[in-house]
Amino acid sequence: MEKIEKILQEIRPEFVFTPETDLITEGILDSFDLITLVSELDKEFGISIAGVDILPGNFCSIHAIRELLKQYGVEP
Amino acid sequence: MKFVFSHRKVSGLLTILPAHERDFVDEMSNFNFPLARSLKLKQVMGYDKHRLVDGLVCVSDLVVFGLEYLFKQGWLGRDDFDALVLVTQSPDHFMPPTSNIIQGRLGLKRDLLCLDINQGCAGFMVGLIQGFLLLDQPSIRKVLLINADVLSRKVSLRDRNSYPLIGDAASITVLERSAEDAPIYANLKTDGTRCEALMIPAGGFRLPSSPETAVLEEDSEGNFRSKDHLRMDGSAVFNFVQVEVPPMIEEVLQMAGTKMECVDTFIFHQPNCFMLQKLADRMKVPYDKMPSNIVENFGNSSGVTIPLAIAFNLKDRILAGDVKACLSGFGVGLTWSSALMNLGPLNFCEMINYQ
Repeated sequence: MEKIEKILQEIRPEFVFTPETDLITEGILDSFDLITLVSELDKEFGISIAGVDILPGNFCSIHAIRELLKQYGVEP
Repeated sequence: MKFVFSHRKVSGLLTILPAHERDFVDEMSNFNFPLARSLKLKQVMGYDKHRLVDGLVCVSDLVVFGLEYLFKQGWLGRDDFDALVLVTQSPDHFMPPTSNIIQGRLGLKRDLLCLDINQGCAGFMVGLIQGFLLLDQPSIRKVLLINADVLSRKVSLRDRNSYPLIGDAASITVLERSAEDAPIYANLKTDGTRCEALMIPAGGFRLPSSPETAVLEEDSEGNFRSKDHLRMDGSAVFNFVQVEVPPMIEEVLQMAGTKMECVDTFIFHQPNCFMLQKLADRMKVPYDKMPSNIVENFGNSSGVTIPLAIAFNLKDRILAGDVKACLSGFGVGLTWSSALMNLGPLNFCEMINYQ
């Protein structure tokens, strides 16, 4: 969990993140931040999140990101 | 829709790029975003250099320059071709067709079929299919497939979604009959219900340009553009490509009875390197078989990116011999299309700068 928070903090240092923070509807991450996030998650965990999984719903909170990473065999 | 062609080939390729190179780093201050966030994008998306026309340079200017170069080099005779198919989304005028303007400016023969096609990122594929179909006619010996766009003139300087990646360019591809019967397999799909994902809302007959359509509006992400500008729903386009392209490639490989690993190279339209790497990952294609270096060097020039990627990455190989290539274009329309064919040996393959 800390790794996800750390990556988010690097992308948007002006925000404080909690597991429930709504990343999309509150406008914290724009579409390009989402791409940066995916790229960083890929690097950090040695995976390639499939393009078809890059949907706002999978990145709307730290909790949702964690659930997505589990599908790639990663326990963040 | 599926197509199979035989006794057809690409025999020459020339790309024409504006000489003026712009740098993303110099443009970052135009955008309404912190520089650090824009720099991240430079890494992830491959934004770096791009080529844009200066002033009022039009499609016909790039193409006439390129054709005169070919005539001067002796690589193409003025009367060698019987059809000129121009694929563009940025015609010189609504009317007449820009292909006719090119014919007139060069004083080409009257016995020439001139055809404009309004297509974008899939425009090389649409033009290729059209050109190969025209070669069914005995009176047509060679087809010039010309892809050209100067869309930077329709992109807002303050739109970080589109401006950093846009590029202007033209290409001239010679299509003709081949003595060899190496089948070419192609497919093409259309979904106009999603046409608003990539569009220029104003300037046509539905919404004529006016002082109102020229007003800059801020979107939810802080980009400024007007209705006269190109607008792209980046997330929708990204998802469209990731969902639709891999099965289309599978289909064309099945048509040919071959497998992914038997293809030498995958030359795809070049929207940005992130999108292409995600496609490569999904299709399990090594990155070195799918070049994604066009946006970072020249920008995304719609239908020109495929011929540009061929000339930039494969020149020596396709001048010397043949390469089994899977080509694919996808974008505005929405339209997506692919082809599996042998490329080369070509009579010429060159990149020149428009001065």
